[in-house]
Amino acid sequence: MIVQANTVRFDSLTLDSGATLAPVEVAYETYGELNAAKSNSILVLHAFSGDAHAAGISPETGKPGWWDNMIGPGKGFDTNKYFVICTNVLGGCRGTTGPGSINPATGCPYAMSFPVITIGDMVRLQSMLIEHLGIRKLLAVSGGSMGGMQALEWAVSYPDRVVASIPIATTTRHSAQQIAFNEVGRQAIMADPDWNEGNYYGKQPPGRGLAVARMVGHITYMSDESMREKFGRRLRGKDNFGFDFEVDFEVESYLRYRGSQFVSRFDANSYLFITKAMDYFDLTNGRSSLATALERAQARFLVISFSSDWLYPTYQSQEMVRALRARNCDVAYVELVSNYGHDSFLVDVAEQADMVRGFLASTFEKVQ
Amino acid sequence: MTVEEPKKQAFVHDLLGRSDYAIISEIVEPNSKVLDLGCGEGELLEWLAANKGVQGRGVEISGSKVQRAIQRGVSVYQGDIDEGLADYPDQAFDYVILSQTLQETLYPRHVLQDMLRVGRHGIVAFPNFGHSSVRFSMLMSGRAPRTKLFPYEWFESPNIHFLTVHDFEELVAMDNFVVERRYFLSGSRKVTLLPNLRAEVAVYLVKK
Repeated sequence: MIVQANTVRFDSLTLDSGATLAPVEVAYETYGELNAAKSNSILVLHAFSGDAHAAGISPETGKPGWWDNMIGPGKGFDTNKYFVICTNVLGGCRGTTGPGSINPATGCPYAMSFPVITIGDMVRLQSMLIEHLGIRKLLAVSGGSMGGMQALEWAVSYPDRVVASIPIATTTRHSAQQIAFNEVGRQAIMADPDWNEGNYYGKQPPGRGLAVARMVGHITYMSDESMREKFGRRLRGKDNFGFDFEVDFEVESYLRYRGSQFVSRFDANSYLFITKAMDYFDLTNGRSSLATALERAQARFLVISFSSDWLYPTYQSQEMVRALRARNCDVAYVELVSNYGHDSFLVDVAEQADMVRGFLASTFEKVQ
Repeated sequence: MTVEEPKKQAFVHDLLGRSDYAIISEIVEPNSKVLDLGCGEGELLEWLAANKGVQGRGVEISGSKVQRAIQRGVSVYQGDIDEGLADYPDQAFDYVILSQTLQETLYPRHVLQDMLRVGRHGIVAFPNFGHSSVRFSMLMSGRAPRTKLFPYEWFESPNIHFLTVHDFEELVAMDNFVVERRYFLSGSRKVTLLPNLRAEVAVYLVKK
């Protein structure tokens, strides 16, 4: 499969906060081919720490994309049939304009002078790209977690440009618990002296704080059961406790490893801005009810939650589906059984792929 | 000889193997909006969409059945019937179908009332507990009847309310609903004489 990595620059983007970013760049990849009628495009939306590299092998890094098990020939998002697009989100650190980008007004990185962004802003930038690609209407928008929030936002903000929306393991608004975990991550970063009020570019980045933030994140992405299965109380490379504070348990080793890995690929300020955007996300904002918020949506919906996902629990998906049904929207919903917690949508994808494949096929048939 | 006819026959006997589905497929008007409660794997909705241009939605409690329904492109919600109905606005559908499930619901009267709030018409198919085989089984064995239609041990049966043709007529009258059509089936044959004794399955089209 051919992976096309590109960047497009737009003159400016007006944000929900009232601020304007000028110019703004968006990095994206595409897989498969756009058909003559331009009716087969699917925008895939990444979760918090993802990037535009959703599928195939990156010619740069040699690594598979974050949803490579879902996107490709014959897979859930079948690139023999569909033209799949994935962008790096606004505020990100993988090619799209974010706090690490150079502010043309100062010639220095934006750092904390970067404007606070929202999920709505991310989607607005994506819509500019889709227009730029000459695509009038997307067959589907889909993503898990924060990607699911964008899929919902698309259906509400651009109702006439989305045929179907597939929000997975997500919510219509962040709960107190979800905000709380994000705040712990942010405080870990900001407590690291290397953070230096966000001005660490060209210097030592706040690696310790960012690693701790990622460790907390990883715990929330797994389930009690998957951690028990994966690590139990097994010790790491020893038969007895060390009676010190070096690594004793496998789980400690794993979290430290994932934390340090993350530091090498993610910008701490992006962590702050993107988690803030997730916390602000609330489809009911300024509206009397969720059903009212979804009034504008015309898309078909496929909503999926996972039984062991305690970060974005099933009740949040059910709430979303109930509101959609109150609007008499076309919605299919299923809770898939998996032990992998919130990560299920990334790692336990066989049934999810079957759902998506069938749902897309029947949607595509309707627009033909 | 048209091509349609044998296809319909296949639908009844081979594809779905259920005579009540055949009746339902005749009742439902083309291009209407249909909600199927307890839709299983969505076979009926898929057939109605393909052959009658119906816009269908389903509710089903079993996750694995919902998965198969979604795979075949049918919009199905995983949930139970009572909560499944509550969310919809009034008169959202032309037909609300409850096929062989009324006897499994906790509050059948509420379900029927809500069906006719959400839909202009209700289609209810149920196994007739008044059928002669049931009466005979009970009379001869002195135990909870087990027949072809009610094959379960009493402690394993999903059927928690047993009703007959007469019972259903009474329930409909109690809420002043109107029976628009009624069909009685024994196997794949229609029954006209003594339906409460001879019908294995009854199919009703009702409205407010």
